[in-house]
Formats: sequence, C-alpha cells, structure tokens
Amino acid sequence: MPETQEALETFRIETRAWLEANCPAEMREPVRDETDACWGGRNFVFKSPAQKQWLDIMAGRGWTVPDWPKQYGGGGLTPEQTKILRQEMATLHCRAPLSSFGIWMLGPALLKFGTEEQKVHYLNQIARGEIRWCQGYSEPGSGSDLVSLATFGEDKGDHWVVNGQKIWTSYADKADWIFCLVRTDKTDKYRGISFLLFDMTTPGVSTKPILLISGSSPFCETFFDNVVVPKDQIVGELNRGWDVAKYLLGHEREMISGGGLGTDMMSIGAQFKDVAADEPVLRAEMANFDVEVMAFRAMSEKFVDEMKAGKNHPAEPNMMKYIGTELNKKRFELIMAAGGSDALEWDSEASGGGVKARSWLRTKGNSIEGGTSEIMLGVVAKRILELPGA
Amino acid sequence: MPLYHTDDQTMLRDTARSFIADAAPVKHLRQLRDTHDRTGFSRDLWKQFAEMGFTGILVPETQGGLGLGHVEASIVLEEIGRNLTPSPFLTTAVTAVEALKTSATLGAEWLPKIASGNAIVALAIEESAKHRPDRIALTAERSGNGFKLTGTKNFVINGHVADMLIVAARTAGAVGEPDGITLFAVPKDAAGLSANPVLLADSSLASHVRLDGVQVDADAVLGDVDGGWGPLTKLLDAGRVGAAAEMLGVGGAALDATVDYLKTRKQFGRLIGEFQALQHRAAHLYGEMQVARATVLKAAQLLDAEYPRAEIAVAVAKAKTGRACALAVQEGVQMHGGIGMTDEYDIGLYMKRDRALEEFFGDARFHADRVARLNGY
Ligand SMILES: Cc1cc2nc3c(=O)[nH]c(=O)nc-3n(C[C@H](O)[C@H](O)[C@H](O)COP(=O)(O)OP(=O)(O)OC[C@H]3O[C@@H](n4cnc5c(N)ncnc54)[C@H](O)[C@@H]3O)c2cc1C
Ligand SMILES: Cc1cc2nc3c(=O)[nH]c(=O)nc-3n(C[C@H](O)[C@H](O)[C@H](O)COP(=O)(O)OP(=O)(O)OC[C@H]3O[C@@H](n4cnc5c(N)ncnc54)[C@H](O)[C@@H]3O)c2cc1C
Repeated sequence: MPETQEALETFRIETRAWLEANCPAEMREPVRDETDACWGGRNFVFKSPAQKQWLDIMAGRGWTVPDWPKQYGGGGLTPEQTKILRQEMATLHCRAPLSSFGIWMLGPALLKFGTEEQKVHYLNQIARGEIRWCQGYSEPGSGSDLVSLATFGEDKGDHWVVNGQKIWTSYADKADWIFCLVRTDKTDKYRGISFLLFDMTTPGVSTKPILLISGSSPFCETFFDNVVVPKDQIVGELNRGWDVAKYLLGHEREMISGGGLGTDMMSIGAQFKDVAADEPVLRAEMANFDVEVMAFRAMSEKFVDEMKAGKNHPAEPNMMKYIGTELNKKRFELIMAAGGSDALEWDSEASGGGVKARSWLRTKGNSIEGGTSEIMLGVVAKRILELPGA
Repeated sequence: MPLYHTDDQTMLRDTARSFIADAAPVKHLRQLRDTHDRTGFSRDLWKQFAEMGFTGILVPETQGGLGLGHVEASIVLEEIGRNLTPSPFLTTAVTAVEALKTSATLGAEWLPKIASGNAIVALAIEESAKHRPDRIALTAERSGNGFKLTGTKNFVINGHVADMLIVAARTAGAVGEPDGITLFAVPKDAAGLSANPVLLADSSLASHVRLDGVQVDADAVLGDVDGGWGPLTKLLDAGRVGAAAEMLGVGGAALDATVDYLKTRKQFGRLIGEFQALQHRAAHLYGEMQVARATVLKAAQLLDAEYPRAEIAVAVAKAKTGRACALAVQEGVQMHGGIGMTDEYDIGLYMKRDRALEEFFGDARFHADRVARLNGY
C-alpha cells in the first residue's frame, strides 16, 4: 500500500537519525575492495569490532534485507521505504552491512521457488549473515552454454549422489553452502537440470583455488565425488532447476550491473582535480564518463522503480548487466590513467597493497561473470528486439 | 516520485502519439519542404495543437493553460520528434513560457495568447555558431524610460514569423561574464528589427536577426536588469530537456525503423537481422536509448519539482541523449545499406533532424563540460 508523502518523510527523518546514531564511523568509509567487505558465514573473520557491530545491529532490524518479509529475517519495508533507506545510507556513506550471494542471488530465488520450510530455515540465516554461499553453475565445458552442464545427480530414493566438477566457483573455499546446478535427467537438455543446495563440508566435496590476474584467488575448481544430498534440499521442481537458475541469474546480473555505479559515488574528475586540470583530453574523457555514470544511475533508478511496479521486460536485466559492467571497466581504465605510475604500485604501503591496480584487473571479470557481454547482447537482440535466428 | 509515467501521463502520450502520427507524419515535413514553404510549419496544425491543449501544457490554468509540467511537455515533444513534425512547440510553448513566467505583466499579456495558439515566440540568444550563452555581446543601452538594443543574433528558430522575440542582451559586464545580461521581450514589428531566414540541413528555417537601435520600454525586461542569467538558465534548461525529449523521439523512431528493416531485408539468403554482427549493434543501441530515456524523464521530473540541483541532471540528459540519438541515426543509415542514403527513404531525414537538435541549446560536449564544472573540476 502506498504511504502518504508525510509518512514517508517521517520515515526518512527517523531513518537518517537512526543511521547517524548507529552506523560506526569506520563503516562510513568506502569499501576498498572485495576483501574489505563483510561476507559473514561460519568462518568469517571480522576486520574490526565495528564491522561486526554494524552487521549485528542492521540484522537486528532486518535491514540487511530491508524489503524481505519479517518472518524471513527481513525488515518488511515497502519499496518506497527501501528506496529511502538506500538513499539515506548513500548520503551518509554507510557501507552495506553484509555482502552476500545469499542476499543477492539465492534469497530472491528461494522467495519465489522455495517451500515454506526452506524459506524460514535458509532466509533467516542468510539475513543474519550466518551462512556464506557459493554458486556452482559453470563447468570446464559449460560456460556461456550453461545448459550443456554434465555434473550428475543419481536418484537413490531419499537422496541424490552427485558426481562431477564445477569451475570458476567464487569463494568456494570460504563458503559454507553451495547452490548448484546438477543434471538429474540426461535425456532432456533443458528439462533435466535440478537446483540443489548442500553443505560444503559434506564428504566428497573438495576445492582447489585458481589464481586470478589480480593476484588474489577467490575462484576455485570444485569437485564432487559421491556427494550425498538429501531430497529436501532441492529448490523448485525436479528437473526444472533451469527456471530457478534463470530467475537467479536475473538477480545476479542486476547485482553485478550495480558495479557500474561504483561503490564510491564521487566523480573521478573530482577525485583527480589536478590531473584533470593538466590534461584536457583526460578531463574530457572524465567528463563524458560522469555523464555516462549519472545517466546509468537514472536508468538504474528507473529499472528498479519499474521492476517494483512489474513494468519491465523480463530480459531487461541483461541490458543493465551489459551497460553496468562495461561502465565499471571504463571507470577503472580512467582511474588507472588518472593515477599514472602511482596506480601501478602493486605492494607498496602508499597504494594500500595495490588496491587500484588489483581492482582494475578484477573489473575485467565483470563482463564475463554471470554471463558475458556478448551473451547479454544476444539475449537483448532476440528477446527484446525479437530479431530472427536461433 | 517513481521514474516512470503516471497513468495520466501515459494517457497523454497515447493521445499525442495517435494525434501527431495522424495529423503530421513525416509526409507533412516532406510536403512543406518540397513546396518550399517559407513559414517553416503549418499554422493550421498549430491551431490544432492549441485545441488539443498542447500549446498550454506549461501555461498556468489561470492563464488559459493546463498547468502541467516538463514531463508532459516532454511527452508531446517526443512524439513531435518521432514524426519529424515541424512545430514552434519547443521555442514557444516551452522556453518562452518559462521566460514569461518571470514577469507578471508580460505573462498576463502573452501566456494566454500562447495557450490559445495565437502567438509564436522565438528566442534570440546565440551570437556565434556554437552555444555560448555567457558570450552575449548584443548591447542594450539605457535610453529614455527604456533601452536601445543593438547587435546581431544567430540561429533564431522561427525568428522570421514570431510575434515576439526574447532577446538576451548585455546591459553591464564583459562578454563571457554571466552577470550583466538582461532578457527583453521585443515585439517582432519593433522599428529597427529585421530577421533574415535561412534554410537549414533539416529543412527547418532559422534566422539571422539584426537589431539596429531597437527601442523598448523598461517593462520589456524579463526578470531583473543585469540579472538575466538566472531566468536565461532556467529557460535554457527547459529547452535542453525539451530538445532532448524531441531527440528521443527522433532516435527512437530511427531505432524502430532499423530493427524493422533488420527483420525484413534479406541478403545471402538470410534476414540480415540474423547476423550477430548486426544483432549486437542493435542491442547496444537499444540499451543506449533506454538509458537516454531515463535521463530525460529524470531531468524533467527534477525541473517540475524545482529541485535546486536539477541543472546537472539536465546537462546529463542533453549530453547522453545527444550521444545515444546520434548513434541511433548513424547506425540507422548504415544498417539500411544503400537505401538509407536515398532521399526517398526517411532514415536520412531523421539523421538531419538529430544534427539540428544536437546543436540546439548546446551539444553533448558542451553539456559534458558543464557536468565536469558542476562536479568541481
Ligand atoms: C570473476 C568471475 C566470477 C565468476 N564466478 C562464478 C561463480 O561463482 N560460479 C559459477 O558457476 N561461475 C562463475 N563464473 C564463471 C562465468 O559464469 C563464466 O566464465 C561465463 O559464463 C563465461 O563462460 P566461459 O568462461 O566458459 O567462456 P566461454 O563460454 O568459453 O566464452 C568465451 C568467449 O566467447 C564468447 N561467446 C561464447 N558464446 C557466444 C555466443 N553464442 N555468441 C557470441 N559470443 C559468444 C564469450 O562472450 C566469450 O567472450 C565467474 C567468472 C568470473 C570471470
Ligand atoms: C553512395 C553510393 C554509391 C554507390 N554507387 C554504386 C555504383 O556506382 N555501382 C553499383 O553497382 N553500386 C553502387 N552502390 C551500391 C552499393 O554497392 C551497395 O549499396 C552496397 O553493396 C550495400 O548493398 P545494399 O545497399 O543492398 O545493402 P544490404 O546488403 O541490404 O545491407 C544492409 C545492411 O546489412 C549489412 N549486412 C548485409 N549482409 C551482412 C552480413 N552477411 N553480415 C553482416 N552485415 C551484413 C550491411 O553491411 C548493411 O549495413 C552505391 C551505394 C551508395 C550508398
């Protein structure tokens, strides 16, 4: 139900006051890189007491997932209130209390496809940051052509036995649980895949890190050797996991496209004023980039508003993903150009251990993970523009 | 305010879409062009616009208008763009209305005439070939109880047929300074004023205007003497969002025509829309247009809300829409192959109109520069 303007204004004022009183100063600094964020989970080591305090107090209000229903650990806020909370957090530079594949990807899929028991059980733990999830989609032979996946789950009555290999599994070595696509019927390419959840400590699960060009290794190869998965850990119907996977990918793409906005809202030109003043061509590129970012911000706002009202085309997240990730790559190209040799430093104290260079390299994955830019363009061409061909 | 049209706005769009497509499709532009019409638009059509209420969208209800906002004006402008309809809507019903709201007496006289379709108003602002609103050199010297205006203006759209011109003049300060500019409402028949229309690439007419000691009264001033920068920026920002909205129509129609062509033209035994090289470019273009669409709506909403920092959203809208629509018309011609180069086919007309709108009120580079300045570098 839409609230009155006054009620929303009151909510805004109260929210701002609460955030000011409760968000620790350390949690109002921009997140430097992925390792600086709060990921939660059984084995997570908090970077500071403030990080834990911020997670606990936000989770206590249901504000790690403000728009989820209260019985699942959410804040029960309306879309308008959620928008206001996000705006106020941005204004005060409050960090997200929790970075989580559970929130961004699995949660929405469980809300749509999960049983009531699954929702109560998993969503509450996700909201409080108690279990950290990883995503087991890609396989060595199945990337863009995901439905060709071969990891197989054999039906053993009350459980499955899963065998196979996944690859590019981000944070598999740190995750507590995995949401995983498994073939349960070999005769139908699309309708033979199921969506399973299981604990990464289950016997037969092993991981091996893959080093990235950024020098970090959040990636793993993940192996399944006779892994036993109970039947109640399937999400959605048997052999219809593709529907769940696609729905989840929509949310994943939306999340990744958010990178186009940057974690830090400040314009690059404003951050590098002196460089901009000395280098007119670079200044012009920065100015054009500011236009692109602010335009994309308007598009993101429109996208979210329309989504809440059920107005957008189901393939639109693909477009957002494409634009947002290409923009984020551009952002870091400019940051590297503006930083010059300083930005190249890899392990000095001044560079914070090469935060800029490493982040720059990490962004190159944005247009690959969650579906490549080429795949996104193909989906838009076919599903929105309805161009002919397979 | 959510970033999509309300039900009322959607209704207005549907009305405007079918009315303009019926009354003034691209054929209408061709006819004016091919008969060497020297007015530049159809006065009959303008009357119909008034009957539909379009001319009074931004005029307060007390003065015979609809009292609506820039979002609604943008909706009409987008349809004008989609059909390449020659119309004084942007200069008269948007920018002039914005300027006239600053003066009670001039507003009372002119706003009802605009709403009823009985007045055309033009803007005499530019002096150089590029948009440089602070470089006003045309002088207004105090004389009698008023001012005497001397100088020349460029790119005055509808200048030769307007009933009144809004003239930006310098009453103090040096060229390049925002302070010292004053806006005047100058009747078209004032002695010493002449307008020489020239045909532009998009078949529209714009005038070189000369003012040879044109005498006006003190009450011809819009806003404050020497303080014209504020109202000038306001009217320009209204015009920038309006031009961006019109471009959205131009670029949107070019995109639609191109996607349709990809679905019908066969080469190498296949529909050319099957070639991935073209699919990806069309999808990219679609995304750019969607982003542009969001910027225009955002800027119009902020203008309507009188948000103090709307100007940066306006600059983003004009810059982003300029780039996206340029891409749309250029890709449009390219993907049409040889036929896209023919006069008979409409896509080229869209490219020409886009080029003109791009120059109107500052191009994408001007506005990117403005964004940089507003962001402090
Ligand atoms: C940083 C990062 C994190 C990731 N995290 C995870 C994760 O947590 N879990 C997980 O399961 N996976 C993850 N992935 C894997 C990711 O989903 C795949 O890398 C991606 O889907 C692409 O598959 P691929 O690497 O096999 O490339 P390929 O499919 O082999 O593609 C190679 C190139 O060919 C292009 N191409 C392929 N098919 C077409 C086509 N039909 N038309 C045009 N071009 C085409 C692609 O765009 C690409 O440029 C991650 C990847 C990255 C980079
Ligand atoms: C100014 C001008 C002068 C000309 N002069 C001459 C002349 O003197 N003599 C003469 O014989 N011809 C002439 N032509 C014709 C010219 O050679 C053709 O226009 C050209 O070969 C393209 O063919 P088309 O127009 O049929 O476009 P189409 O073949 O219909 O192409 C339409 C679009 O689809 C694209 N396309 C088509 N096939 C593919 C594919 N397989 N993969 C990806 N994209 C594809 C094209 O690149 C184009 O963008 C002239 C054309 C122009 C514009």
